[in-house]
Amino acid sequence: MLTVATGNKAVAAAVKQACPSVVAAYPITPQTEIVEQIAEYVTSGELKSQYIPVESEHSAMAACIGAGVTGVRTFTATSSHGLHYMHEMVNWAAGARLPIVMANVNRALGPGWNIWAEHTDAFQERDTGWLQVYVASVQEAYDATLMAFRIAEHESVLLPVMVNLDGFLLSHSMQPLQSVDIGDFIPPIHLPHAIDISDPTSYGTLTGPNDYFRLRWDIERSMRDSVPVIRETQEEFARRFGRKYDFVEEYRCDDAEVVVIAMGTLGKEAEVAVDLLRREGLKAGSMRIRWLRPFPRIDLSGKEVVVIDRDYSFGFGGVIARSLAATEGVTPFSVIAGLGGQEVTYDDIAGFVRGRRPGEELWFGVNGHV
Amino acid sequence: MTEIPREEYILKCTSACAGCSDSLTLRYVLKAAGPETVLVVPACCTSVIQGIYPHTAMNIPVYNVAFAAAAACASGMSAAFQAAGKKANVIVYAGDGGTVDIGIQALSGAFERGTDFLYICYDNEAYGNTGMQRSGATPVGARTTTTPSGKIQVKKDLDGIVAAHNPPYMATACAAYPKDLFSKVQKALSIRGPKFIHVLAPCPPGWRFSSEKSVEMGKLAVRSGMWILYEREFGKVTINGPSKAAMIKPIPLEEYLEPQGRFKGISSEAVAMLRSQAERNAMRLKKEEEGIC
Repeated sequence: MLTVATGNKAVAAAVKQACPSVVAAYPITPQTEIVEQIAEYVTSGELKSQYIPVESEHSAMAACIGAGVTGVRTFTATSSHGLHYMHEMVNWAAGARLPIVMANVNRALGPGWNIWAEHTDAFQERDTGWLQVYVASVQEAYDATLMAFRIAEHESVLLPVMVNLDGFLLSHSMQPLQSVDIGDFIPPIHLPHAIDISDPTSYGTLTGPNDYFRLRWDIERSMRDSVPVIRETQEEFARRFGRKYDFVEEYRCDDAEVVVIAMGTLGKEAEVAVDLLRREGLKAGSMRIRWLRPFPRIDLSGKEVVVIDRDYSFGFGGVIARSLAATEGVTPFSVIAGLGGQEVTYDDIAGFVRGRRPGEELWFGVNGHV
Repeated sequence: MTEIPREEYILKCTSACAGCSDSLTLRYVLKAAGPETVLVVPACCTSVIQGIYPHTAMNIPVYNVAFAAAAACASGMSAAFQAAGKKANVIVYAGDGGTVDIGIQALSGAFERGTDFLYICYDNEAYGNTGMQRSGATPVGARTTTTPSGKIQVKKDLDGIVAAHNPPYMATACAAYPKDLFSKVQKALSIRGPKFIHVLAPCPPGWRFSSEKSVEMGKLAVRSGMWILYEREFGKVTINGPSKAAMIKPIPLEEYLEPQGRFKGISSEAVAMLRSQAERNAMRLKKEEEGIC
């Protein structure tokens, strides 16, 4: 069915179709609408879930963990400070191998109070063992949420998945949304280590270095095994519903000499900049990284690279620029832009490409090189 | 006579200290709850006494979870069992640190939401798992590793905080009175909604008394009026027998304090504060039982 929806409503619509048994969540701007919409679905009986209006995000994730270990499907949504308030339990969810799906509406961190888009909130959770996907449209928010359940619950993965959408730019923007009849796209959940009262087990007891080390490796092994599962799920989604997704969305990259790399809505904006630059005669292309974890390998040989980071790791650099320098051996022009919801247009992006200085870092609008 | 089952759900060879009231309490809690039970345990002594992975001394499912997360974790578990149409007792078993301090927000949230579970706080009046640092539940005058000259503040009124949530059932207990503890757990589990039992757990290494005296210490706490056994069912308070007797004729407070190294050299002001807090508690409960307040 074709409708018009916000990113938040699109996530809620996908959750309704995935039908988790338990949803525990706490409101936070700009995610609140997801929680409100799910509460509405549960109240009206459209969604047969137990909805737990917890008193904090730490408890939201704790409740999803407690529910999840009984073997049922769970969901929560958060943003920014909420995500970091639950940080301890974000780690716990992955370590406990629970396929929880969480929508995170990317927002900057205080102080000062800032409710607008930035990726640093979720990037700071990148080492927790969660899979992370970043979307660039309302449609993709819906599609990625549906796929997240199937990927998380796959027997070779059994790790939680975080679906990230840019605060306001997607959470509150109305765009067309084509919903689908999911049929059996998401199979029934089967958690092999679910609590079984007739076969008692202790979970998370004191664990010595050797066993702990092995369990950590097990998370990484599943993270690596998630790569073919994500690929297969995205292909199956395309087969059934006609919309195709990859780890990295490439735009006019085949003959490109310069490639702009960005995530979320900036990755889409970069495509407009590429068209503009092409008209000027520059062989430009763009790549939108969708999966932060598992981090994709990208062939950038023979190309100049401009990376736009809507995030920052203080004392280190833009996370994507530094990551690609490490994994692909490139020397990118690193642009830090869009922090705290700073407006970045396709004209600005074209400007970054025209003024590129490989190996240098630009703070857009702050150190004034553009 | 209350028949206590012979089945054991906490098996031999735990890594508990000698004379541990925590494991004694847990033994009776689980005998009362039976096998259709899941225990949620935050960081506390019980995280350690279960044993080291891949071994466990527990004969029921136990979910160990982060320090502040027990009541919220149990909320999710209770909701999930309800969603799946499964029947199981969900019991949080937490120390005083995980209850009166770091876990109080999750506890309050779960009680306000009417979560169907039983929360048991076994109270050894300090952070036992990390080697006896003060907690909000440490009584005034008690020495801990972070109050080397005795705690200045009085014990936090946890029961008052829980009572403010109007749970259908709440009670105090002590492992020195196992039948009382056993029947309170059974009664709590027969009621729907959030239930609470606060259990005094005398701790030989923490309170510095010899390990064969745990039960005796619990009895001295009750007889001196420092620990009052009572229950509040749907708002109605009943003070239980041993505490009724203690209210008529308590033993001198010093008989409870003197055998404990943690109270060595306690000031007369601190003793007076302990005494007046105990008297205030007794007075308040008596009035409530008589329906005066």
